[in-house]
Amino acid sequence: MSLHVEISHPLADFTLNVAFDAPTGITALYGPSGTGKTTVINAVSGLLTPQKGHISLSGESLYDSDSRINLPVHKRHLGYVFQDGRLFPHLSVRQNLTYGQRYSRPNVESPSLDDVADLLDITGLLGRRPGSLSGGEKQRVAIGRALLSRPRMLLMDEPLAALDPARKEEILPYLEKMRDHTRIPILYVSHSVAEVARLATWVVVLEKGRVAMSGPAETVLSDPAMVHQLGLREAGAVLPASIIRHHADGLTELQVSGGCLFLPEMDRPVGLQTRVRVLAHDIILSREAPKGLSALNILSGDITAIRAGGGPGVIIQIKCGEDHLLARITRRSADAMALKPGDHVYAVIKSVSIARTDIGTG
Amino acid sequence: MTGWLGPEEWQAVGLSLKVSLWAIALSLPPGIFIAYALARWEFRGKQVLNMLVHLPLILPPVVTGYLLLLTFGRRGPLGAWLYETFDLVFAFRWTGAALAAAIMAFPLMVRAIRLAIEAVDPKLEQAAATLGASRVQVFSTVTLPLILPGVIAGAVLGFAKAMGEFGATITFVSNIPGQTQTLPSAIYTFLQVPGGETAALRLVLVSVFVAMTALALSEILARRAAKRVAGG
Repeated sequence: MSLHVEISHPLADFTLNVAFDAPTGITALYGPSGTGKTTVINAVSGLLTPQKGHISLSGESLYDSDSRINLPVHKRHLGYVFQDGRLFPHLSVRQNLTYGQRYSRPNVESPSLDDVADLLDITGLLGRRPGSLSGGEKQRVAIGRALLSRPRMLLMDEPLAALDPARKEEILPYLEKMRDHTRIPILYVSHSVAEVARLATWVVVLEKGRVAMSGPAETVLSDPAMVHQLGLREAGAVLPASIIRHHADGLTELQVSGGCLFLPEMDRPVGLQTRVRVLAHDIILSREAPKGLSALNILSGDITAIRAGGGPGVIIQIKCGEDHLLARITRRSADAMALKPGDHVYAVIKSVSIARTDIGTG
Repeated sequence: MTGWLGPEEWQAVGLSLKVSLWAIALSLPPGIFIAYALARWEFRGKQVLNMLVHLPLILPPVVTGYLLLLTFGRRGPLGAWLYETFDLVFAFRWTGAALAAAIMAFPLMVRAIRLAIEAVDPKLEQAAATLGASRVQVFSTVTLPLILPGVIAGAVLGFAKAMGEFGATITFVSNIPGQTQTLPSAIYTFLQVPGGETAALRLVLVSVFVAMTALALSEILARRAAKRVAGG
């Protein structure tokens, strides 16, 4: 299952011109507001007809301007989770959830209402009306409703943007579960790097209506060229990790390809595959193996790229094991240390800098 | 009760009810359709359609009645065709009274329904489409249930208007007892004969009762509509 998009469409300030593929897993469509993300996802859903191009899912054309194919929205069978929930106010939660089932494709294996309600923890809400639900509950019901319509793919347009941080935390684990337990591709629009880092398996970065870069999340997020798009404060690499031990002193030991990391105790089982996000400004570089430091987490590797920005900082990409780290240090330090590609360096990561919200399962 | 109103008066009340019910029942489906088109679609001639729908509200009822007579009379272009094809006659029959009542009530009904449709967030209809519902299915499962109280309110308002229609009716189908003499026509007739005031007054009371009941009903339903769209 894979989605192929290649469209152009005039917008107010520029022309949207994008081409990308979205494989199974969560593909994040990332970019600041007004770069055409919602236009792209609406074109995929059929709610908007682009001026030119084609969109296909697993080889089947949903839209093709050349051969005048434009499958109507209801025949595309793509579940859409909107930013604002859009639950039907005149129906109960249960009726909302089952709404799409009667129009779904026949002979398709589908999750049961019980399974989905269980996955999203909304069994207790089934008899209620949407008007009486909290924002987080509404959004979970909206996700369940989309899942139960047996979609070929899920589209999510900033499903967490309207929620406060606590409610976001409430939903993120369910999205991770969905990514890991359902086999349908998910196109996920977001302007939050933290969300993308936590959820995405594939990232498409949009900039003013064009694809600036697309690729696996680890590659895109640790590419020095992407620092500008992601924003200096948010720049950072995502490393696949697995939990190997819980220590008695309240630390959890994780294995990454370049070594071991210690994090404040995680409430997750040993053996679990996860990923950690290391922000570029939370790394200190050293030429020699640091001694007498309070920092627990030190990885070493070779510099693969140095990229100077407009300001006083430079971004340094380091290959640690199989993965890349990004470090942001001052140009002055880089010059003083005479850093150049190929040099071996030690990256000191303050363990507290790996924020709890940046730890994702999967 | 039967002793309170004379047979002629009962006849007028019964005929008015029959005429108004038929008028609303037959004009409701096209009314909903036109209200939907005006609320949701952009098309050429939308302003012209809007004007045509509202015309009976602005034109003197006598003019509307005369235009109906010209069009639907036995020799009128539509009237002749309907007579030859369906054996349907409007002029000087109760069917004509129903047609006149329907035309006069139509703008009120369409306005009420259009307001209800405009209160429904089109995003909900989009959401239903992404869940696999076709246009017709979206309308019947999302739009219609949400506007239903508004539709009922519009129908009640239209019914009250149809009950009171006088000018267009008397011009189009005259004032024949038992055939086209509706409640307002009967009141008018009673007022023309000496000693008819008491009968007229009784019918006036009936009119006031019907109008107030209809207004109260439509008010209650409109409030329920607002609550329902808000998701209470």
